[in-house]
Amino acid sequence: MLTENNTMRITQIVNIHTESPSVKTYTFVDKLCSTARPGQFLMLWIPGIDEIPLSIMGTTNDLVSVAVKAVGDATRHLHNLEAGATIGVRGPFGTSFTENTGRVLLIGGGTGIAPLLFLAKRLQPKATHLAFVEGAKTKTELLFVSELGGVCQEQNLITTTDDGTAGLQCLVTQPLANLLDKESFDMVYTCGPERMVKKIFDLAEQHKLPLEASLERLMRCGIGLCGSCMLGKYRVCRDGPVFTSTQLREVKDELGISKIGFDGSRIPI
Amino acid sequence: MHTTLAGLNLANPTMLASGIMGYTAESFLQVAKGGAGAIVTKSVGTQPRTGYANPIVVQTKAGLINAVGLPNPGIDIFTEEIKYTKTLLHIPLIVSIFGYSAEDYATAAKKAANAGADAVELNVSCPHVKQTGAEIGQSPKLLAEVTQQVKAAINKPLIVKLSPNVTDLGVLAQAAVEAGADALTAINTLRAIAIDSETQQPILSNIKGGMSGPAIKPVALRCVYDLSQIVDVPIIGCGGITTWQDAVEFFLAGASAIQIGTAVADNMAVFSTITKGVESYLRQKHYKNVEEIVGLAHRK
Repeated sequence: MLTENNTMRITQIVNIHTESPSVKTYTFVDKLCSTARPGQFLMLWIPGIDEIPLSIMGTTNDLVSVAVKAVGDATRHLHNLEAGATIGVRGPFGTSFTENTGRVLLIGGGTGIAPLLFLAKRLQPKATHLAFVEGAKTKTELLFVSELGGVCQEQNLITTTDDGTAGLQCLVTQPLANLLDKESFDMVYTCGPERMVKKIFDLAEQHKLPLEASLERLMRCGIGLCGSCMLGKYRVCRDGPVFTSTQLREVKDELGISKIGFDGSRIPI
Repeated sequence: MHTTLAGLNLANPTMLASGIMGYTAESFLQVAKGGAGAIVTKSVGTQPRTGYANPIVVQTKAGLINAVGLPNPGIDIFTEEIKYTKTLLHIPLIVSIFGYSAEDYATAAKKAANAGADAVELNVSCPHVKQTGAEIGQSPKLLAEVTQQVKAAINKPLIVKLSPNVTDLGVLAQAAVEAGADALTAINTLRAIAIDSETQQPILSNIKGGMSGPAIKPVALRCVYDLSQIVDVPIIGCGGITTWQDAVEFFLAGASAIQIGTAVADNMAVFSTITKGVESYLRQKHYKNVEEIVGLAHRK
């Protein structure tokens, strides 16, 4: 229970990059988190404000990056910080994606793209074919498009927007059915809102394709003690955040349907 | 390693300590699968609470400090979870109750018992509304009042979990037993704080919290050792238990059963591991059951 990973390290933000009107990426030095595998997460402490779970989006030497969307008090506060600001970090925590060497498909939305970009970079030299479907509300919120185009070749990157300002005008799940009918894949990877993951899981199941999904839940302790992130019998922070199709089948009555709220009651998603 | 405690039948003397996982039937089942002899739920009060902002836990060299802030859905919603759990779970379900007055405790305990809780454990480490700042578990008078009212409200075993943040634990234990406690759990977390030297501020959002884990084991062991000479009711040892050796030490000090909390994070099967270890210890030393070693450290 007492691990080096769970000890809070104090560090400074060395770089902040604006990715979209609502998303910024933050880079800081942390040796332990720089050993993270795609899919793992860290807990980031904004002193005096909050501590939030974030998927790790990349590591270089001792540097670690995370993508943060301004959605609540903590993330808005983080958006107001400048390079040099002091933060606390613990992690890396949780399970990671396996690295399939065959034909792989990555699909995600919002900041769920961050760990998938991390994964895509790892898969690029290994996988025989790499396709990526990315969705966002509008063109300016499509994240890391040029990087993804570089990793998986332009023709294998499909983008969708709710308002049609870029790519196809539809939900990210829409081109998936078509793609799965047309092409064969060995593995589907996803990360994003749970209702989206649920749809993708259902599609993968119909096509008898193995899936690995990274899930997001209310997280407090991050180490499997507090029970806030329970998904059926699983603790998302400890048994996840990356789950396989086999595991998701066991919790399909809850996946995308209900979660544990701040007061410990079951609430709809 | 079957044993009985305050009328509860336990397949083995290990229990999940309150505060760990413990909201949903599915999580209780996982703990049962890990080999627990009984489960104590997270503490539930009369009203829903969302708890504190993060950070709610911080790790120190020898343990964890937590201040989660008693998030719970309130007893009225939780009774549904108790009923559902009872249809699935085959080990005793002990519902932990907290409150801000004796009436709160009695109301919540009664609802839990009626919903099917096999026993009730009182978390008395929370402040009393009428006496701001003082924990109920720090005042023999308040503790007796709370225990008495709960005892009168239920006819299930009543366990009082003692706060170690007191000058004389024996006085509190006696007050609880005289007021009707059928068993005592010793101990709850020790009040603690973590301060970050770089930012020069406390890390937990609630500033202070409760210390658990290996750091508090010797303190908890001493409390059990002392209490077993003072009270006649069974004592449930709790505090930093991680290995079967820890468990044996608590039995020798006078505990009839033990609770495990912090160690569950790493290993849900810690209950089976500890039970197997204790069993093999008993076999090697030629004891028939765990009862035979309870309190042996007091032999002169």
